[in-house]
Amino acid sequence: MTTTTKAVGAPLARIEGPEKVSGRARYAAEYPVDGVAHGWIVPSPVPRGRLTAVVADPTGDTMAVLWHGNAPSLAAVDDPELAVLQSDRISYRGQPIALVVADTLEAARRAAQVLHLEIEAEEHETVLRADHPGVYEPETVNPGYPAATVHGDVETALATADVTVDVTYSTPALHNNPMEPHATIARWDGDDLTLYDSNQHPSGVAATVGEIFGVDRVHVITEHVGGGFGSKGTARPNAVLAALAARVTGRPVKVVLPRQAMFSMVGHRTPTLQRVRLAAGRDGTLSGIDHQAYSQTSRLYEFAEQTAVVTRHMYAAPHRRTGHHLLRLDMPTPRWMRAPGEAPGMLALECAIDELAEKLGMDPIELRIRNEPSAEPESGVAFTSRHYVECLRRGAERFGWSGRDPRPARRREGDWWIGTGVAGATYPTMAQPSTARVRALPDGTFEVAIGATDLGTGARTILVQIAADALDVAPERVRIRIGDSTLPRASVAGGSSGSASWGWAVTGACRSLRDTGRDEVTFDSTELVQRQETEGRHAYGAHFAEVRVDAVTGEVRVSRLFGMYAAGRILNARTARGQFLGGMIMGMGMALHEEGVLDPAMGEWVNHDLAGYHVPVHADVESIEAAWLDETDDRINPMGSKGIGEIGIVGSPAAIVNAVWHATGIRIRDLPVRLDKILDGLPAS
Amino acid sequence: MKTFAYRTAVTPADGLEPGAVFLAGGTNLVDLMKLGVATPDVLVDVNKLPLDEIADLPGGGLRIGAGARNSDVAADPRVRRDFPVLSEALLAGASGQLRNVATTGGNLLQRTRCRYFMDASKPCNKHTPGSGCPARDGDHRDLAILGASASCVATHPSDMAVALAALGATVRVDGPAGRRVIPVTGLHRLPGDTPERDTVLEHGELITAVEVPPLPFAHRSTYRKARDRASYAFAVGSVAAALDVHDGVVRDVRLAWGAVAHRPWRAFAAEERLRGRPATRAEFTAAADVELAAAEPLRDNAYKINLLRRMTTAVLERLAEGARR
Ligand SMILES: Cc1cc2nc3c(=O)[nH]c(=O)nc-3n(C[C@H](O)[C@H](O)[C@H](O)COP(=O)(O)OP(=O)(O)OC[C@H]3O[C@@H](n4cnc5c(N)ncnc54)[C@H](O)[C@@H]3O)c2cc1C
Ligand code: SF4
Repeated sequence: MTTTTKAVGAPLARIEGPEKVSGRARYAAEYPVDGVAHGWIVPSPVPRGRLTAVVADPTGDTMAVLWHGNAPSLAAVDDPELAVLQSDRISYRGQPIALVVADTLEAARRAAQVLHLEIEAEEHETVLRADHPGVYEPETVNPGYPAATVHGDVETALATADVTVDVTYSTPALHNNPMEPHATIARWDGDDLTLYDSNQHPSGVAATVGEIFGVDRVHVITEHVGGGFGSKGTARPNAVLAALAARVTGRPVKVVLPRQAMFSMVGHRTPTLQRVRLAAGRDGTLSGIDHQAYSQTSRLYEFAEQTAVVTRHMYAAPHRRTGHHLLRLDMPTPRWMRAPGEAPGMLALECAIDELAEKLGMDPIELRIRNEPSAEPESGVAFTSRHYVECLRRGAERFGWSGRDPRPARRREGDWWIGTGVAGATYPTMAQPSTARVRALPDGTFEVAIGATDLGTGARTILVQIAADALDVAPERVRIRIGDSTLPRASVAGGSSGSASWGWAVTGACRSLRDTGRDEVTFDSTELVQRQETEGRHAYGAHFAEVRVDAVTGEVRVSRLFGMYAAGRILNARTARGQFLGGMIMGMGMALHEEGVLDPAMGEWVNHDLAGYHVPVHADVESIEAAWLDETDDRINPMGSKGIGEIGIVGSPAAIVNAVWHATGIRIRDLPVRLDKILDGLPAS
Repeated sequence: MKTFAYRTAVTPADGLEPGAVFLAGGTNLVDLMKLGVATPDVLVDVNKLPLDEIADLPGGGLRIGAGARNSDVAADPRVRRDFPVLSEALLAGASGQLRNVATTGGNLLQRTRCRYFMDASKPCNKHTPGSGCPARDGDHRDLAILGASASCVATHPSDMAVALAALGATVRVDGPAGRRVIPVTGLHRLPGDTPERDTVLEHGELITAVEVPPLPFAHRSTYRKARDRASYAFAVGSVAAALDVHDGVVRDVRLAWGAVAHRPWRAFAAEERLRGRPATRAEFTAAADVELAAAEPLRDNAYKINLLRRMTTAVLERLAEGARR
């Protein structure tokens, strides 16, 4: 039984594709469940205060109006946002403070709209400022890095350098907004709880919800997920509220978040203020780097975004400092959003590098190559593989960088100023313990089972490819089961680690089945994964952008966006391309469109729908391409793969911002770049 | 959503009863109902009324039925040939799917996109008279610089209406007090201290058609829209213009702006200033400045002054260049 063609690497089409495009694929809220009632979440209308009473319209046709005054008590878990309806305290506007349950969605929604709430509002604070007296330094930043690092003496380096850059960049609150909103249908059968839930981690959601309700048997079904971008990484309030309401009413209950709620109770990317200082010699050699990041968290929970961590390994420099500063506000808790830390951090770092290149009169690619480190600059650990310089060089060739006039505002075509920009990309290579099971079935096929999820990334397909190669059979003979918490426990679809973590367990199970000839094997990767080093493991890449800026209106359009990556072995060329491009498009949204517009008086992002919160549309995406180097790295996991789900959003915003400068001579340091910030500075036509 | 009754209109008078509201494409009204901002008791569906015709008027004008879909009007060969500004404005709005259902009447009467207006949990003089206008101190980057009041700084969001205002179109209305004809420039009110009223229409008045009068030089007309993304975004500023140049002199001009006021803003003062003057860049800018002299920007929307000045100049220059060829 030997096959020579390998499945891994082939551009296999998504195996669930036909189901999805024909509408047969079921998402959480679409399961037909007999007797299902509808829950509508009542969001707090104030950012801070106490809820003292809830009075429902007695004539309303509701089954229950739950709030802290009547809701059953729940066991506390790590995430205080899950202690729904447990206290009178209001910690942010939009926090769920009541749940209306009715026979129809419309009735529940109406009753929620006219519910009478008695609230003692308190003074609130919602604006992130670096000079706020409440700013403090956390002990660690996600997922456990030290908040501050110091090597050498950066102040002296800055004071004695030939050339310095000292700039502050800011990024606004960003909102994950997957296409499918968070949704749960909960049903109790005695003490057995079934949840149809949209999430990135069925095993985790089952464990958390079980803990909250004090039950062992929670079955989470997550067959298809319409995106998450981090916001579905753990159980969200919708899951707990649905289970709570189902328990109280004795009916299955469905809770689907309206788009407006997606801006508050399921997390967002914190706004950041970042000061970057660079010290360099005339030849571009960096002597010092300082990156200080300010971000916010809620009153409920310390979420410390690791914004400046990326600066610890990008470029060599003897004197270096990074730091993180947090402010607690009466705002929702920020959470993970695609490349948390790296995405905003690389915006500031890579724009600052571009500003240094301008000051030095040096090509920004050459400047980056000049400062290539031989090992991780702070830890001293060798990289398992790093092909950043190759990405810059090969990417520049493909993009057509050479011959670029480095001076800004030189290229004009018709009504457009044209410019190009470059920025690096990186993302850590991670893996978490997971367990997979494989069975040889009598019909000659193999069933591979693991409690993983596919957010639309192609994970399901890739696991088939990995299993096929490990079993040495054609992919058609592999059947995959994922998206169910009763399957062997898998890690979260997050941190670009899904394929590595699950693939590791699947490889282990399949190889063992093949080698031992047994007809069922369960493999737990915990020991192997934990034996690994965690430092020196990163994927790298380079982003190139060409933008057009309208000479009349200042409107910015991206005419070309290109990413060149070195991300280990690419497991499926088709789905990988989708991941890279998706990240780059989201990076374009971060650069040009996306912004949670805060009204400090209301304590809320007021543009909370997709007409007001702009993400790129098709017409914005003109020419966009991704390519990759063949990178071999046999020290990271059995597949030699690095995570690719997030790297596309890392650095692509900086490439665009740098290109806007090159087109117009205008440095926009507060994102997003929009025409109102450009207009007054446009060069005379 | 509040429970409501639903009926199909058989005659225009069906909208008369209290609490009744016309339903056309529903692309704006239904959204507002879900949000709890619009709470009609009765929906009177006008889609079955025979109002979707686009007919020739004597002398080269057009009568566009209130039920004509935005896509159909934009694609109409007469509109494209004689009034390109209207076709371009329609195509610059919303998305293909929306334009396929959105109607001419509904587009004119769509409500502001002010974010406080679209949120029943927030104060807003337009949805809850007397509750205040948080946009003034809050988020108003997209809102009005002209004709606003202390009570409201909302803008009318339609692109189509800006083109119609430039073309001097009129609205035919049928209602309890009989039929009347209102110029598009007089349909929408300025907010004053009653911003809850968008237009001069009385309850139960149905728009039956829009009439575009003959305007021979409008075959050289255009619409330019500045927006925050390439498609599927409301204007942050827009210009509709038609220009008649003879021997380098402006014989006649039509100019209207979008996203600057509570109504599509016909720039009468700028037009007045331009007539009889040389068709030059400097004159175009000077004319825009005459109109913009009345602007009263807020903290975050002063950029619109520069934007409109630049866009107006560029649009008129382009039309003048076309006339020379
Ligand atoms: C996401 C999104 C983006 C959009 N982008 C744009 C854009 O860029 N530019 C733009 O111009 N528009 C845009 N629109 C708005 C769109 O053009 C309007 O929603 C549409 O034109 C309304 O037409 P309708 O027929 O659906 O009106 P409806 O929603 O049915 O009605 C709107 C109002 O008009 C009243 N009405 C309807 N017909 C009549 C009549 N004959 N007589 C009296 N009253 C009547 C109704 O009672 C209601 O008050 C966008 C809409 C959405 C949802
Ligand atoms: S500008 Fe007008 S619509 Fe907006 S909040 Fe103020 S009153 Fe309401």
